[in-house]
Amino acid sequence: MSFAVYLNVAVAGILTGLVYGLMALGLSVIFGVVRIVNFAHGEMMSIAMYIAVVLFAAFHLDPLIMLVPIAAVMFVFGYVLQASLINPFVTRPEHSQFLLVVALALIIVNTLLIIFGPDAQSIQTSYAYDSFQVGPVIIDASKVYAAAAAIVVTAALFAFFRFSLFGKAIRACADNYTGALVVGLDVKRFYALTFGIGAACVGAAGTMLSLITDVTPMLGPTYTLLAFVIVITGGLGSMAGALIGGLLIGLTEAIAGLLFTPSAKSMFSFGILVLVLLLRPQGILGKRAA
Amino acid sequence: MIARLTDGVARPALALLALVFAALLIAPWITNDYLLTVMIVALYLAYTGQAWNIMMGFAGQLSLGNAIYAGLGAYVSAVLFTRYGIAPWIGLLAAAPVAAACAAIIGFLAFRFGVAGVYFAILTIAFAEFARVGFDHLDFVHASAGLFLPVSQYTHDDLWRLRGNPTMFYYVMLAATALAFLLSRLLLKSRIGYFWLAIREDEHAARAAGIDTFRYKMFALMISAAVTSFAGVFYAFFYNNLFPEQVFNISQSIEMILGPIIGGVGTLFGPVLGAFVLTGMAESVTSIMSAFGFNLPGAKQVFYGICLLLVVVALPEGIWPPLARRLGVDRTGIDKGGR
Repeated sequence: MSFAVYLNVAVAGILTGLVYGLMALGLSVIFGVVRIVNFAHGEMMSIAMYIAVVLFAAFHLDPLIMLVPIAAVMFVFGYVLQASLINPFVTRPEHSQFLLVVALALIIVNTLLIIFGPDAQSIQTSYAYDSFQVGPVIIDASKVYAAAAAIVVTAALFAFFRFSLFGKAIRACADNYTGALVVGLDVKRFYALTFGIGAACVGAAGTMLSLITDVTPMLGPTYTLLAFVIVITGGLGSMAGALIGGLLIGLTEAIAGLLFTPSAKSMFSFGILVLVLLLRPQGILGKRAA
Repeated sequence: MIARLTDGVARPALALLALVFAALLIAPWITNDYLLTVMIVALYLAYTGQAWNIMMGFAGQLSLGNAIYAGLGAYVSAVLFTRYGIAPWIGLLAAAPVAAACAAIIGFLAFRFGVAGVYFAILTIAFAEFARVGFDHLDFVHASAGLFLPVSQYTHDDLWRLRGNPTMFYYVMLAATALAFLLSRLLLKSRIGYFWLAIREDEHAARAAGIDTFRYKMFALMISAAVTSFAGVFYAFFYNNLFPEQVFNISQSIEMILGPIIGGVGTLFGPVLGAFVLTGMAESVTSIMSAFGFNLPGAKQVFYGICLLLVVVALPEGIWPPLARRLGVDRTGIDKGGR
């Protein structure tokens, strides 16, 4: 195989990796603040993917335009979920939280299965087969748009956490729970807000991913695992880390799929995860030790 | 040893235990084949739950990848049987050390590098997934095409080679579950059990008190893995087919730990009670749905998920601790579930 083939696959992997990074960012934000590992993360993303598919099938609405509305819907979903169900669990032991989120995941996957059936569905946009050519590299237009949108959303999130008052308050809740309570922050509400933001991230990522891949209800758990791998690799709680992790995993899976068989590619990302956990448990860009 | 087993157990608890065991003993005579299979599944989950409970309930190490130990046990014993004709009980002598060695590797890597809590849980998932994809491409065990054990009609039960009727499998699993229960009780009341509880409650304090936390966490993992490996051996010979996609699947790991969490983490009765409640719940959902002619794929799981949700919201400690207090037998296990 020539060098150009590798280059093509690598670029495609990196672009998909950026969307993965956005998905993982949601998980990272939720864990970094609420300290709950969202085992229903991939399942929440499938909800967004199905919303995109239905909107496209029914009204021919382009996922790129629907990015913000779908993210908003997922924000509300996440906010309500945290405010009603998950908030009472933040002080419970990990295994109890785990059971709650796993039950949620089970409900989401199978509700989607009841509504949409087991068959894969996809979106055929008018630009689905367009591509850009840069030297020897040919890139799918859909992947470029998806990756660009992922970068924009991530940048917006960075700005939100760094500059806005809400963002600062959320970081305060994450840094020091008791301290945040003492200065009068309504921590439970900020937790709900954070979960909403995390859900909006997967909402945006799911909408973008619907441009690139097919949707089936059963993909939820796979994406959840993928988000874990990315977030731990990049560093739980680190926003830039999630993006770097997404790039790394996207690239690794693409190259591994080319060199070996595509079905074995996830073995390599798990291999990377194990290596990172052992050599640098806090992740590539993580600050605190595990 | 007998004295240590029963020492400090409330009278009603012993009576209850005897009653439950007696009911399980005579169950095959009063149930049909279908119900018996359901009970085998329940016992299987009770057994694996009890094994997980040693790791998580006693020593406080949250593993979400216990399917790897069952899977290794299943594959080791099945390969030895199909290729070399080695009986499963001898196979277990190989399977248990393999599973324990795998746990030792995971534990060594995790505990040496201070990987704990959620990170440890995800490391265990990673290893199980690694094994799943790895076995899926391992031609020696027929990769994703699956490994099959020869099946034929058996005129008599061959306990040594684990070939026979469901009733035999039922009693094998019942004996295993009872042994796992006794082992847990014995461990809990021994020196190592108290060390585990100390580690679970406060690892730093435990180390300050002179407990070699690394060593005892390793023991917890390895014992739990070795116990779980027998479940795998049983799985292989009961179902007669092994697919990496199934045995190493994360859903297997989750199923193993739902029982103890629903029943009560860290208690002795919890895993058994939880496994039977969950299996009963799943079965009643199925029969209610079919009674109403309701046959939508996924509907059963949605209902099951809602039931799980209700239980975990309503009973933070699981079912057994509040029930034990009600029955006045709460000295059987530990007083509180989890941390």
